Amino acid sequence: MKLTGAEILMECLLEQDADVVFGYPGGTILNVYDALYQYSDRVKHILTAHEQGASHAADGYARSTGKVGVVFSTSGPGATNLTTGIATAYMDSSPVLFISCNVAENLIGKDSFQEVDSTGITLPITKSTYQVSDVNKLADTVRTAFAIARSGRPGPVFLDILKNVTAEYAEYEPLKRSEHRKSGRLKDLYDRNMVDFKPPSIDEEDIDKLVEMINESECPMLICGGGVVRSRSDEEFNRFANLVDAPTAITVMGGGGMKGSNPLVTGMIGMHGSQASNIACDECDLLIAVGCRFSDRVALDPDSFAGNARIVHIDIDRSEINKNVRTDHHIIGDAKEVLKMLNERLTQQDHTAWKEFVFSHPRETVYEDGGDTLNPKQVCETIARMLPQDTMVATDVGQHQMWAIQHFHFDYPGQLLTSGGFGTMGFGLGAAIGAKVGNPDKTVIHIAGDGSFRMNCNELSTEQYYKLPIITFIFDNHTLGMVRQWQNLIYDKHFSESDLDRGPDFVKLAEAYGLHGRRVCNQRELEKAIADALECGEGYVIDCMLDIDEMVRPMVGGGSRITNFMKI
Amino acid sequence: MQNTEQVKLQTLALLVDNEAGVLSQIARLFSRKGFNIETFAAGATENPGVTRITIDVLADDRNAEFMMNQLRKLFPVRSVKWLTRETSIYRQMVFIKVRADNGERRNDVIQLANIFRAQIIDVSLDTLTLVLTGDEEKVSGIIKIMKEFEILEIARTGVVAIERGSATINDKSKESGEFNYGKNVL
Repeated sequence: MKLTGAEILMECLLEQDADVVFGYPGGTILNVYDALYQYSDRVKHILTAHEQGASHAADGYARSTGKVGVVFSTSGPGATNLTTGIATAYMDSSPVLFISCNVAENLIGKDSFQEVDSTGITLPITKSTYQVSDVNKLADTVRTAFAIARSGRPGPVFLDILKNVTAEYAEYEPLKRSEHRKSGRLKDLYDRNMVDFKPPSIDEEDIDKLVEMINESECPMLICGGGVVRSRSDEEFNRFANLVDAPTAITVMGGGGMKGSNPLVTGMIGMHGSQASNIACDECDLLIAVGCRFSDRVALDPDSFAGNARIVHIDIDRSEINKNVRTDHHIIGDAKEVLKMLNERLTQQDHTAWKEFVFSHPRETVYEDGGDTLNPKQVCETIARMLPQDTMVATDVGQHQMWAIQHFHFDYPGQLLTSGGFGTMGFGLGAAIGAKVGNPDKTVIHIAGDGSFRMNCNELSTEQYYKLPIITFIFDNHTLGMVRQWQNLIYDKHFSESDLDRGPDFVKLAEAYGLHGRRVCNQRELEKAIADALECGEGYVIDCMLDIDEMVRPMVGGGSRITNFMKI
Repeated sequence: MQNTEQVKLQTLALLVDNEAGVLSQIARLFSRKGFNIETFAAGATENPGVTRITIDVLADDRNAEFMMNQLRKLFPVRSVKWLTRETSIYRQMVFIKVRADNGERRNDVIQLANIFRAQIIDVSLDTLTLVLTGDEEKVSGIIKIMKEFEILEIARTGVVAIERGSATINDKSKESGEFNYGKNVL
C-alpha cells in the first residue's frame, strides 16, 4: 500500500512494538506529528517540557523495560537539545532511537531556518547515525536503526529524516520483526558478520580455560558491571557468584545485576568503593569482571589495579578488551550465554577464609546522626524501609547518587537508573518519568541533589500532566556537594562558585507545578512526608535538608592505587 | 598515554562501506581519541560497495592496537589489519616541481632524478616536474635532495600498503569472529 513517509514511520514503530514515544514537535517534524494524530490510539506520545527531558525519559524507559526507547524531535535546536541525552545513553549502552526531522532536501546545506548538521553532531555519541533522503529507503533504515540499537552492546542510534521524505509516498510492505534481517541493509549486515554463515558462538575453549582458572584460585573476586544489567542476566550472575563463592563488587552501572542482599556483595568499587571491595580487589588472585569496562572511576590506576590477580574480562564488545586494563584472559559473548555455560561446568567452590578476610572490612559507611539535620544514610534507610523493595530508583549525579547506590539494595536489572558513564546532572527526573511510563505498576522514586534538580525540574510539568506519582527526594545541602567535597579535600577549601544559597523554594515550586511538596529536617518529618506521598498517590517533592559539609565516604583520589583511602 | 620511546608510524588498512559520511566517521574517530593522522589514502576496491583506506598514524604499539579495536567496532567497517614493515609492502607517490631555470640546474636535477628512478613528466623553461613512487624513505630522500634546488610545489599521496604472500585483509581469525559477535544485528 502507498503511504506517506510519516505513516511508514508509524507503521515501523508498530512493527517494533514501540507504542510509546517521548518527544517535542516543531516545524520540520510536523508531518510526523500529523500522522501521529491518526495513530494516537496505537502510539502513545509523551510531550515533555524540553527535548532533553524527552531524551532522558526515553533512556529511562529503555533501561527499565529493556525495550528500545523512542524520541521525536524537530531539527536544529530540537536535535541539539537531544545531544546530552544521546551521549548519556551512549556512555551507558542504553538502546534509544532518536528520530529527528531535518529541513527539506531543497533547503539542505543553505543554512536554512532551524537547519543543523545533526547526523554530524551526533556521530561520535551514537552506535550509528542515518540520514534518510529517499522515502523508499525509510522503512529499511528504521528497521536497521532499531536492530542496531538493541543488538550486541546496545546503544543509541540517531535517525535524521528530511522533511520532504515524511510527506512523499512510497510502497509500504508490512514485515514482521523476525523477517527484517532477511532483506535490505540488515541482511547485508547480518550476512557480513556471520563467519561461514554460522550464528555467532562463544568459544568453548575460552570457557574451559576460565573454569580451570576458577578451580585454581584461592582468592577470587567478581565485578558485576552494566553488561549484566543490559543482558538481563541477573539470575545467571547470582548463580555464578554463589558457585564461585567469591566476594562480588557491583559497579554503578551494575546495580541490580546481583541481588543487593546477597551476602557475597562487597558494595561499590573504585573511587567511592567500600573498603571491602577495594581491598579485596587489591588482594585477590583472580578477578573476573563481567560486562564492565574498567572505567577511570573503577580502575583508578590501571597499572596497579588488581595487581596480584589474573584478570579475566567477559564482555560482548571486543574493543573493550585491554582498553583500560590489561587482561590475562577474555571471553567474548552475551553475558547471559557465557554465564550459563560457565555455570554448567562449575562445581561449588568454598572460599570461607578469603571471605572472612574480605568481610572483616566494612562494606558500608557509617554516618553519625545529624542532630537537627538528616544524614544521607538515614534518608536512604528510611526510604528503603518505607517503600516497596522493588521500587525503581532514578538518580541525578553527585553525592546523592553515590549515597543512594551505597545504601540501597537493588534486586533486578532496571531497578537503578543512573547516569554512570556520562555523569549527567538533570538525568533523574526524565528517567523517572520514562520508568513510570514503562512500568506503571512499580513505585518510582527520583533521588536528586538540589543542584541536579534545578537543572531539569521543568519536567515536573510532564509528571503532573500525565499523572505520574513519582516521589522526588532532594538531598538538599545548598551546595554542589561533590564539587564542594573536592574543593574541601583537594582545593584548600576554596569554595569557588559551588554554593547554592539561592532559590527557588522547591516546595513552592512543586506546588506551582500542581504537585505536592514538603520540606523535612529530621527523621519524624521525613517519615511523615513519605507516608503522605504514598497515600496521596500524586507527584510529590520531598526536600530533605542535609548538612553542607557532608561527604561521600570512603574516597580514593583519581589515579591513585585503589586502597589509598583519603582521610575524611 | 603514549609510550614516547615506542611511538612510530603505524599503518592500519581498512575495508569500509562506500557510503557518504564514512570517511569522516573514520577520520573523526582518530581525532576524538587524541591521534593525528599522518597520511590517509582511500580508493575503490574490486567490490564497488567497499572502499579501502590506509592510514598512517604516530602511535606506540598499545595505542595502535587500541585504534584498530575502536575502528573494528564501527558498523561501516568491514575489516581492519594492522600492517607491519616486516610483512607488508608500502608505496606512496610524490610530484615535485623544482625550479630549473638554467642548463646547469636542469642537468643536475635530471641526474639526481635518475639516481632515484624518478621520472621527469613535465618541463617548462623555468621548471622541471618529477614523479616518484616508493616507500617513505625513498620519497623523503628525494625531497631532501631537491630542497637543495628550489622546490616550488609538492603533491604527495598517502601511503598504501598490502601484505606480502598469500595473507589478505579478509582473512578470518578468532579475533575477527570476536568483533563480529558484538556487531551481530540479531
